[in-house]
Amino acid sequence: MYSKTVMEHFRNPHNYGKMENPDGFGRVGNPQCGDEMIIYIKVKDNVIVDVKFETFGCVAAIASSSITTDLIKGKTIEEALKITNKDVVNELGGLPAIKTHCSVLAEDGIKAAIEDYKKKKLKENNND
Amino acid sequence: MEKRIVYLDNNATTRVDDRVVKKMEIYFTKFYGNPSSLYDLGFEAKNAVEDARKKISKILNCSDQEIFFTGSGTESDNIAIKGVARRYQKKGKHIITSSIEHHAVLNSVEYLGKKEGFEYSLVKVDSDGIVDIDHLKSLIRPDTILISIMYANNETGAIQPIEEIGKIAREKGIYFHTDAVQAAGKLSLDVKKLNVDMLSLSGHKFHAPKGVGILYKRTGINPIPLFHGGHHEKNLRPSTENVPYMVGIAEALEIAYDEFEEHKKHIYKLKMMLKEGIEKNIDGLVLNTPKNSVFNTLNYSFKGIEGESILFSLNDFKISVSTGSACTSGSLEPSHVIMAMGREDSISHGSIRFSLSKYNTEEEIKYTIEKLKEVVERIRKISPYKV
Repeated sequence: MYSKTVMEHFRNPHNYGKMENPDGFGRVGNPQCGDEMIIYIKVKDNVIVDVKFETFGCVAAIASSSITTDLIKGKTIEEALKITNKDVVNELGGLPAIKTHCSVLAEDGIKAAIEDYKKKKLKENNND
Repeated sequence: MEKRIVYLDNNATTRVDDRVVKKMEIYFTKFYGNPSSLYDLGFEAKNAVEDARKKISKILNCSDQEIFFTGSGTESDNIAIKGVARRYQKKGKHIITSSIEHHAVLNSVEYLGKKEGFEYSLVKVDSDGIVDIDHLKSLIRPDTILISIMYANNETGAIQPIEEIGKIAREKGIYFHTDAVQAAGKLSLDVKKLNVDMLSLSGHKFHAPKGVGILYKRTGINPIPLFHGGHHEKNLRPSTENVPYMVGIAEALEIAYDEFEEHKKHIYKLKMMLKEGIEKNIDGLVLNTPKNSVFNTLNYSFKGIEGESILFSLNDFKISVSTGSACTSGSLEPSHVIMAMGREDSISHGSIRFSLSKYNTEEEIKYTIEKLKEVVERIRKISPYKV
């Protein structure tokens, strides 16, 4: 049912857990749908230097979260925003059609975290 | 131990009993005749089928003329529901069933509603997953012709008050069908005591092969068949008789009831061991199986985590269980059964069903408890919901 990469990321997810004082934070999905994902980012000089996730969900949701953290770590904000759910699916070596929404959730998670980061930054700049 | 599969999904299907396989064998290779043929090979086959029918009728406490072989539990449900609805629609076009039925029943009733102008009502269940009799009574209308309520629920194991519903149906002159697929080998199938007019069984749930089912149908009720063909099964289910499978299902049912007490004792002990082990070792549980349940089924939700991720992690340890979670079933809806019990969505997404059989051992249960604890702890570390 799942690719080898999906199972690897599910068994040993990368970058999971809560991040204290993140620069950006995105919470997407909801438990009613069976999937909820939180992405935390730390940004330095416009580069995502650290990323963590917490996910309630199925194998595909956890694997999508894990690979997404790998995809955006070290990327600039602009580069990270270019990552789509298709990239997530490709990196995972495919997902069953019914699980595509998990990769969409990951894309939404990145965007939400970056959005939050930008808002915070704007606020800081205004305060300066 | 690690290499062997620990199979705890016996409500999905069961291992065929070796004795059943052995009993079936000669009907593939030696007595392979068509039961309709008028020579010895045919007579042998015909006798085997009729002996099988008799064996089954003894367990169901009915006439052998009231036992019909089908291809599956789903087929039995379809014949009973669609067949009776179509035959007696002049008397009324209203059907009652419950919100926790198997899809074989739910989708048949829904089909009649959508495509053939029937109306249907769904009986509610309480938080234990047991149908609300008062609600059922309130749903009965003058044009109600059929009630179909399952005997034991496949996901939770909850036993439904069939006897009582049967009595109500009889008093009102409404036909009553029960999907007893999950009750075979676990509860009495005495159709007289249960007050049922029709009852469905599926062989592979009690150590017979897949692809063979039984429909008990009280004499005097005449469902319109789904198939049209020869005279087999008194025209109710035409198809050349699947002789070895009919022999097999009868043998398996006979074994299940001959050895009933012994298996009940063994399996219930394992269920209690699993229950105590889980409750002692894991926090944040929601028990979805009520006290009044079949002795082999135990269903829990694990707060903060989703069912499919537990299932796949247990599979890494060669432990087979199932989940009512949306994710595995090809739909995104969480378990309709757990939802009907009034559980939150996230709880319904996280239900795990353990269903045991006579082949399980204490060693397997101990191993499962140990691995389940590890798995739940691991996945909870990934989840934003902490317990």
